[in-house]
Amino acid sequence: MISNAGRRLTGRTALFGMVVWLFAVVAPTPAQAEYADIVINNYADAAGMRPVVFPHWFHRIRFRCKVCHADLGFKFKAGGNAITMAKIIDGEFCGACHNGEVSWSVENCDMCHSGIPGTPTHFHGSTVQRLIAPPFKGVDQSKQTQ
Amino acid sequence: MVYQKNKIGSLLSVFMLTTMTVASSQAVADNGTESVFAGGSFMVTQVNAANTFNVNLKKVKDPNAAPPDDGIHDPENPATHVLQPPKDAYIGLPTTEFGNHIDWVKAIDDGLLKPRWERTDPTAEPFVLDLDIVRPVKASVPDVVFPHRQHTEWLSCSNCHPAIFVPQKGANQISMSAILLGQKCGVCHGKVSFPITTKSCRKCHSKPKPAGWKPPLSEATLKNPWK
Repeated sequence: MISNAGRRLTGRTALFGMVVWLFAVVAPTPAQAEYADIVINNYADAAGMRPVVFPHWFHRIRFRCKVCHADLGFKFKAGGNAITMAKIIDGEFCGACHNGEVSWSVENCDMCHSGIPGTPTHFHGSTVQRLIAPPFKGVDQSKQTQ
Repeated sequence: MVYQKNKIGSLLSVFMLTTMTVASSQAVADNGTESVFAGGSFMVTQVNAANTFNVNLKKVKDPNAAPPDDGIHDPENPATHVLQPPKDAYIGLPTTEFGNHIDWVKAIDDGLLKPRWERTDPTAEPFVLDLDIVRPVKASVPDVVFPHRQHTEWLSCSNCHPAIFVPQKGANQISMSAILLGQKCGVCHGKVSFPITTKSCRKCHSKPKPAGWKPPLSEATLKNPWK
């Protein structure tokens, strides 16, 4: 009798497990973009454009870090360079290469402006992003009541 | 006989539970149900949604997803489908278990990649400095060896010195918490270069402690030794 009950239970478990397993396979997952992809949305949303997605992996296959981060003056900070289309057209930042000479030119708007609208500026897959607790912001001394 | 069947059933269920946990912790968290192995047979229990397994562990299923499927690129943008999928570019490159799942340094060392050092001059060579810096670590993990060679293959001196690291012995206070929050080594590691995971600790912490090394005693123990 006990073994019979056990058998029924195992069958039911297997069925239930199958259902949950199927759900797990089909269920949508959070963003899984490539490590070090950067979304830059300083001005794009406000200007009615999709935010820019910058793929580090694609560029590091072709150039060493030094080319952009020393020669072209890109700071090591997502969204910290205040890049505008005017600067790019004048040959600064992305415009140093994306000028139709080293790489394709700025008329290919949607190649860069390809992010999901409303995505905030961030570094995809960074350690800070993966931390469960948000990073400590420090205490604003001026707001302390003493 | 029946016992045997039961055992096979349990094994099957255990296998399915494993697959399901690995595949997605989300699903388990969502319906608040978890299977528990109890007393030789397999039982299903209803667990409070607050107490489910792995609520904070977010596993990435496909680490090198193509742009239209990666959750950041807009699939409705026609140009998204023109962008190169990372997997196409990574064919033949040495792999790792973290970051882009590519060992970029080894790819250069093996001559599989030759990224430009100058924007327009493909023949320019980097100025490589072969100098290892050993940083003793207070805790019991192996000491850190910082290799300038791999870093100067990619970067110029001015990228790190003097803004991030003061080029002077003992002048840089580095801690893992600072690195995890994006300072010091964390300016790049954990963002672009290899990330900080339990699988990558030993890439930096690579020099074994000297023979006879013992962990230092805490002040509380020194002041009030256990009797």
